Amino acid sequence: MDLVGILTSDVAIAVYKIGGVFSALMLCVSIMTWVERRVSAIIQYRLGPNRVGPFGLLQPIADGIKFIQKEDIIPAEASKLLYLMAPALAVIPALCAFAVIPFGPEVTIFGKAIKLVILDLDGGLLWAFAATGLGVYALVLAGWSSNSKFSLIGGLRSSAQMISYELPLVLSVTAVILITGTLRPMTIVEQQAGAFWHWNVFQGVPFLGFLLFTIAGYAETNRTPFDLPEAEGELVAGYHTEYSGMRFAAFFMGEYINMMTSSALGVTLFLGGWQIGVPTSWLPEPGWALWSMQIAAFVLKVAFFQFLYVWVRWTVPRLRYDQLMNLGWKGLLPASLANLAATAVVVVIQGP
Amino acid sequence: MNLIAFYVFALLIVASAITVITNRNPVASAVALAFNLVAIAAVFMLLDAQFIGLLQVIVYAGAIMVLILFVIMLLNLREEARAHPAGTFQRVLGPLATLVFAIVLGRAVYASAPSSFPEAAAGFGTAGSVGKELFTTFYYPFEAISLLLIVSMVGAVLLAKKKLS
Repeated sequence: MDLVGILTSDVAIAVYKIGGVFSALMLCVSIMTWVERRVSAIIQYRLGPNRVGPFGLLQPIADGIKFIQKEDIIPAEASKLLYLMAPALAVIPALCAFAVIPFGPEVTIFGKAIKLVILDLDGGLLWAFAATGLGVYALVLAGWSSNSKFSLIGGLRSSAQMISYELPLVLSVTAVILITGTLRPMTIVEQQAGAFWHWNVFQGVPFLGFLLFTIAGYAETNRTPFDLPEAEGELVAGYHTEYSGMRFAAFFMGEYINMMTSSALGVTLFLGGWQIGVPTSWLPEPGWALWSMQIAAFVLKVAFFQFLYVWVRWTVPRLRYDQLMNLGWKGLLPASLANLAATAVVVVIQGP
Repeated sequence: MNLIAFYVFALLIVASAITVITNRNPVASAVALAFNLVAIAAVFMLLDAQFIGLLQVIVYAGAIMVLILFVIMLLNLREEARAHPAGTFQRVLGPLATLVFAIVLGRAVYASAPSSFPEAAAGFGTAGSVGKELFTTFYYPFEAISLLLIVSMVGAVLLAKKKLS
């Protein structure tokens, strides 16, 4: 095989896609840490980091350098291997989950049809849930292996919380699967073509499923108001109390990538993914113009939900632990079951 | 390509399985078991059974193992002490019995292995085809298992419930 052949083979294209998505995610993580600090500052009527670079935009790089320089502390009596493994377990499943998210349509480059999704799997949604489900190990193991009471309680809380909120999350997605009849994210997005009222958020029981998904998503990513695993007021920093330097940063990286995945999954399932949301006749012919518009639509939608995450974090106070469990088991779970049943009725009435 | 991936995951499966039984720390054993389950799921995916593979990760690694880990952590089990040090009898006969078993098992697998493997049919192992089989061919076993699960769930709730006095 010649060089051009190797560079355009399926394996090479997969490598390009993985590399592209990976660098985009890492870039977004660093931008998000800046956005979080700046937006929180604006919400609290202060300035936030604004010294490094224009508007403080180089702050994430300064943070990164600081994290690398810090001493890597391993507590005495800690279970060493698990302690070292936990931060990696926070990042890897989060990255894997993003593999099935379609970020653009099927494009043709140099006569080769390429789907803008890393892994176009028939059971793609299951893949996403499998990967996010493994994310809980990072928190639990970090909490246990640190050999610290605060960490352990944080780890215990996280496992209870993530198991509880996985149910409404998956049930709200099941309602979408009833509507679409497929588990393949690419097909789900393609079905939502046309004007924005074809999006799944307006199908079945409008808005309810999306609302449940969003609330459960906040709990799954351990974001305020559900950030009990790291509740500072009670647990110092929860499961990552004992971590320092780059390992501490890895947990944050995992959290931000999880936020990204959760937003992207919500956008894909409910808000038309990369569909622009206007009637197809208004759009240009398939080509670079249309494709870049569609990718931009996806990025903008995800960016909005990223902003929403930050907005909610600095607006809503944290729930107490019993309130959290009550909301999950007595509020969200029955509501998502009702949503599933009602969606089933709507789907039957509307016919196939 | 597939063969290399299979050997990598097979090695992972065996290594993690050995870790599960040899490690004296219950949490480390549980984590090794979780690794084992994920690696087996990967082998399922290599065999075109993606639905089973993904469910394996979601149900076993994502839910059941987390619950087991949760319980182990709540009980705060530490390094397990050896109750009885193994005697000479065990030390000699144990490996010998394992060896004999491995030979018998290996011969049985080797003898029954087909010379060639057919390609999987289109759509094999997807959620759709597995679901269709479950609701047609295996309808009665499927319903029986659902009933069994509900009974055990009701039983668990009943046992855990506080007495209403």
